[in-house]
Amino acid sequence: MSEVDHSGALLEVEDLRVEFRTRDGVASVLNGVSYHVAAGETLAVLGESGSGKSVTAQAVMGILDTPPAFVTGGAVRFHGEDLLRATPERRRVLRGSGLAMIFQDALSALNPVFTVGFQIEEQLRVRLGASRRDARQRAIELLDLVRIPGAKQRVREYPHQFSGGMRQRAMIAMSLALDPELLIADEPTTALDVTVQAQIMDLLAEIQAERNTGLVLITHDLGVVAEVADRIAVVYAGRVVEHADARDLFRSPGHPYTAALLESLPRLDQRGSALHTIRGLPPSLLAVPPGCPFHPRCPRARDVCRTEVPAQVALGSGRVSACHFAEEVVSGG
Amino acid sequence: MGRYVLRRLLQMIPVFLGTTFLIYVLVWAVPGDPFAGKCGERDCPDSYVSAMREEFNLDDPVVVQYGEYLLNLVRGDFGRTSSGVEVSDRIVETFPVTLRLALVALVVEAVIGITAGVVSGLRNRGFLDSLVLVSTLFLISIPVFVTGYVVQLVFGLQLGWISPTVSTPTFGGLIVPGLVLASLSMAYVARLSRASISENRRADYVRTALAKGLPQSRIVGVHVLRNSLIPVITFLGTDLGAFMGGAIVTEGIFNVPGIGGLVFRSVQTKEGAMVTGLVTVLVLVYLVMTLVVDLLCAVLDPRIRYE
Repeated sequence: MSEVDHSGALLEVEDLRVEFRTRDGVASVLNGVSYHVAAGETLAVLGESGSGKSVTAQAVMGILDTPPAFVTGGAVRFHGEDLLRATPERRRVLRGSGLAMIFQDALSALNPVFTVGFQIEEQLRVRLGASRRDARQRAIELLDLVRIPGAKQRVREYPHQFSGGMRQRAMIAMSLALDPELLIADEPTTALDVTVQAQIMDLLAEIQAERNTGLVLITHDLGVVAEVADRIAVVYAGRVVEHADARDLFRSPGHPYTAALLESLPRLDQRGSALHTIRGLPPSLLAVPPGCPFHPRCPRARDVCRTEVPAQVALGSGRVSACHFAEEVVSGG
Repeated sequence: MGRYVLRRLLQMIPVFLGTTFLIYVLVWAVPGDPFAGKCGERDCPDSYVSAMREEFNLDDPVVVQYGEYLLNLVRGDFGRTSSGVEVSDRIVETFPVTLRLALVALVVEAVIGITAGVVSGLRNRGFLDSLVLVSTLFLISIPVFVTGYVVQLVFGLQLGWISPTVSTPTFGGLIVPGLVLASLSMAYVARLSRASISENRRADYVRTALAKGLPQSRIVGVHVLRNSLIPVITFLGTDLGAFMGGAIVTEGIFNVPGIGGLVFRSVQTKEGAMVTGLVTVLVLVYLVMTLVVDLLCAVLDPRIRYE
């Protein structure tokens, strides 16, 4: 795939800008996020809390809370169609059947007063006009697919009667109901314990392989990323600072922030030594530092970083880094 | 669920005994001659007083009196007033009227209150939202007897749109008193549903419903409404119980021949048998309503399960 032409991409986000207009001022939450995903591919969107990962996903889905959030620029192309210019009705129709979303906390994301079955079936009944009986049958199949034991009985149960892992499975089943081409999973395993996390990730990978679905996996967990991602977009302060093949990125990070993230991973071969941390905090989005937003925390920061916003530097093989010294960083200099 | 209902029904027994005993003692054991003033200007003849003391067992200790009263209640005998009218006859006459008035008020309260609450809860700080907030505040700050008299005066006497008093206590005839009776609760229901809706429409499950590509009408009408109405229904249920016993003022203003007016007159004329009988019925109504509300909540919110 070339640097600029992503015409084969299922979803292409280009220079997406979102701001939150609050009483305390305008916060630029996304300052030009770009990424793309092809069918059957997994893109991990990696970043700290508040970096804009989830906002990007919501802007792509068209489910931002407006106000306070407003999309101020950029494009979100799905099969080449710019969703930001599509009618609300067109966007609604694409939700669920074109792009579907899996939320982080399935307990609050599922409606507590309806059965799990009802919540899967309603899409089939409202969107496809399926009969009550057919929808129920399909809901049971979907619960079977995500390996919920006793799907026939559990379809009649309420979310609070499910365990955390089972709830997330039900959530996945729900997102698959209309056979979407792209799944956006927003920290799907954060609320779960480690063993269940692995099961859910395996399930997602399996479903994706079976259906050739594009998957955008939003996470802050480098371990999860390393296992499943084909490509990675690292987000910092509302910008994609590095976008690269997963293998390339882990081998030699192309941005000081990525490098710092990788260093902060606890490693089994360095027992006893102190854990690396990234000093400082992510910037407040009400006052993003001038120049490179990472410069106050960057070990390589020089004068130019304090004044000039770095452009996206192409590093070959579809790799991009937003650092003045990208080539230096990637070569380990 | 069955066990829960049984237990709740059993719990009603001590509550019932306690409340009826209290009212019995308050009515009969307070100082003062219960038959003073029953015979016009003159003192009652001794023969009448002794016959009455006999009739109401007033020479026994109060606990024994109460026991006798309860036994009669169980046999379906509510006793007679000092002028020999069967208390149960009067209850049968007046109760349907009050029930009708309460139902009219409940419908008014639910329909107008919930509609206003939903409309204003769905938009923030618009004109409609402010209108609902101000008008409910207005209603809440006016006592029912003011609303009642103003409505009667303006619409009944000056404009002549309605009959100032109720001549036939049918559902139609009770609409205006029902509106007055419901006015205060209607405002509370509107504010309660408004708060509940505006909280729920920001809930995570609403975003999920949105992400599923459901139409807005379904998201609000099914997902948000069902969750928002749980506290409102609880309020409505207990309010129906309150309407039945608490319509004294409204019934008085519009001359509705219901239980409220009967209680009021009975208290004024010290008709002990009538007061105890009526209060007993109202206590029962209230107890049953609370149970119905609790069961309804479990139906609306599956997270509530009664063991």
